[in-house]
Amino acid sequence: MEDLMAARLQMAISLGWHIIFACIGMAMPFFMAFAEWKWMKTKDQVYLDLAKSWSKGVAIFFAVGAVSGTLLSFELGLLWPTFMEHAGPIFGMPFSMEGTAFFVEAIALGVFLYGWDKISPLAHWISGLIVGISGVMSGIFVVAANAWMNSPAGFDFVDGEYINIDPIAAMFNDAWFTQATHMTFAAFASTGFAVAGVHAFMLLRGKKIRFHKEALKIALIFGSIAAFAMPITGDLAAKDVAKRQPAKLAAMEAHYHTSKNAPLIIGGIPNDETQEVDYAIEIPGGLSFLAHGDFDAEVIGLDQIPEDERPPTIVVHFAFQIMVGLGALMMLIGFIYFFMRWRKWDYINNKWWLRLLALATPIGFIALEAGWTVTEVGRQPWIIYKVMRTKDALTAMPGIQYSLLTIVLVYSILTLAVIWLMHRQIKSIHEKYNT
Amino acid sequence: MYTELIMIIMGISLILYMILGGADFGAGIIELFIGDKSNSTVSRAMAPVWEANHMWLIIAVVILFNGFPKAYVILSTNLHIPVLLFLIAIIMRGTAFTFRHYDAYHDKSEKVYSTIFRYSSLLAVFFMGITISAFFSGTIPSDTSGTFTEQYIYTWFNWFAVSVGVFLVTISAYIAGIFLLGEVETEEGYNSIRKFIMWIFGLSIISGASIFISSFVSDLQFHKLFLSHPISIAAGVIASLIVPYIHKLIQAKKIWTMRIVVGAQMVLIMIGWFIIQWPNLVVFSDGSMLSMYDASGPVATMKVLFFSLAIGVVVIFPSLYYLFRLFKSEDNLS
Repeated sequence: MEDLMAARLQMAISLGWHIIFACIGMAMPFFMAFAEWKWMKTKDQVYLDLAKSWSKGVAIFFAVGAVSGTLLSFELGLLWPTFMEHAGPIFGMPFSMEGTAFFVEAIALGVFLYGWDKISPLAHWISGLIVGISGVMSGIFVVAANAWMNSPAGFDFVDGEYINIDPIAAMFNDAWFTQATHMTFAAFASTGFAVAGVHAFMLLRGKKIRFHKEALKIALIFGSIAAFAMPITGDLAAKDVAKRQPAKLAAMEAHYHTSKNAPLIIGGIPNDETQEVDYAIEIPGGLSFLAHGDFDAEVIGLDQIPEDERPPTIVVHFAFQIMVGLGALMMLIGFIYFFMRWRKWDYINNKWWLRLLALATPIGFIALEAGWTVTEVGRQPWIIYKVMRTKDALTAMPGIQYSLLTIVLVYSILTLAVIWLMHRQIKSIHEKYNT
Repeated sequence: MYTELIMIIMGISLILYMILGGADFGAGIIELFIGDKSNSTVSRAMAPVWEANHMWLIIAVVILFNGFPKAYVILSTNLHIPVLLFLIAIIMRGTAFTFRHYDAYHDKSEKVYSTIFRYSSLLAVFFMGITISAFFSGTIPSDTSGTFTEQYIYTWFNWFAVSVGVFLVTISAYIAGIFLLGEVETEEGYNSIRKFIMWIFGLSIISGASIFISSFVSDLQFHKLFLSHPISIAAGVIASLIVPYIHKLIQAKKIWTMRIVVGAQMVLIMIGWFIIQWPNLVVFSDGSMLSMYDASGPVATMKVLFFSLAIGVVVIFPSLYYLFRLFKSEDNLS
């Protein structure tokens, strides 16, 4: 395998893996704090059990997220030293802020996990909230750094030199806000659905205990509300991409030919040879409207992008379709949920509803990975958009395929281990409740 | 001015990582040698604070790529292999420790977690030592014309580097031993750790001597630098001379005096190292240097980085104080 491909795969695997743990670390502390708050209000033991069980989940995911994040902070240099040499001083500010947020998160988590009997309930609850808030801040800072790669700012690139560096302008680049909001809600939506799905699965397995019912309700409230926010934040992000990165938008929509009144393409198989999309459903003017808020606006197609600056259309288009499709499904489930709550239906004991939720366990995270693929692959062939190509950032050290192999092996073992550990956590709850 | 200040903050982060992270790694190493007797003590003593102890590494590496990108690039290219091995060991030990601590059942699997935790603790410190050694050994070529071996292997795979790796292993185990002496609950536990510390003293003297001998024999830069810095020599001499005093403190079970003296000893060793490097980050094989001024980012970056770190200091230290006070205040003081 070529070093470039190996390095890109290694980066994708490490980030794609870390992103799951990071997102759980952003959202789940709020579930746990919410359960504790319900316990403080009602003194109902089931909420305390829930807060404690979820906090163990948070601890495990946080620890694994922390070590995989440590790997990433070095991996950026191990794989892309030329990128880091120039980008480090420009986009480093959010990383240094993230260091602080992450530190606070670790401290607050220590207090939450081991401080049950040492501090007042209110102080304890606040420590849980701090875990969540600093987790979200960490996420926002890291996404702001990624946004800079899509929307480089805070420097002038003159004759191959990076001058007039302004790290604050770099952090608050054009893409940071839309990317960070979209990502934050995505973390809540995907974690909410995953947690609800696991508890639904347990209810289906005959573990009909209130513990799972209350857990499912809390997780689904967070997940559904976040799912409703996804199209709004996504629309903002897409309009921003249309303005700044027309190549990415064109690849997302497999929009080959620049045109006014451009149709929105749903599904289909893009064909780079014929420059057509086969078997697609087209909504006339839809793309023009979504990208620019006007049915007659011109949308730049891939034909206006130089051939060596086009992202791989098929990957980006499919990833985008998967993200939007699953996002719509999550909204639908969220809508049904709130409808049933409003009509006071006995949904929590309905087998079909629980089956639906159990099946939906991974969809949030699949959508999340797909959306991240759109952002990252859609930026190719650039590592810093329009400034540095990914291939020029690659390390001079040969043999990256061996390092890729090692990472794949380590992460495969860890994935299995985490699943096994979660399985045992849940089993212990059932033994506690004698089911 | 910001460059120097940032370098000092990085130095402080490294000292804290050496002491707090070192105690944490060392706990795994102690378990490896004196076995399950220390297992529960390690878990109980480390669990609330171990995550926070490793944040210092993140702070240091962020400072490095943000403020001194050229040094970060050397670290990640010429030392690619040991850095990767170090990271894998970090991942294995971190997850194994968490799994051991949080697993709902205590059965056979605990043995697996413990074994991974112990070996990867040792390997993490060893590879960290090997990696760090390259910054002052003078094995990194100053240009990229060398062969694969010269560029990516000899930089860290040599007698000197291995000596530094072993030395760091002994130092971490020693710090952890001193820390755990105050955490064990039985006389028997105290004595087994005390004996272990005596062994470790011996090993650290041997590996410390090996660092100097290998530098002489392989004609590296380290001993030349060390011998031309009287303050470093003084720091090294004092750090060695207080060993008998520490031995006495261990006999007398003066836990907190012992911890403070050993902490000071570590600070001396680290300062001795910083002084031979200052103001250089990397010493190349031809004797030329990459100074912090050559490696640093533009002034605007250093200014922003300094203020971000200052905010961090204001937020982190009080929270950390709170955490340690909450969980370490009931220590057995006798």
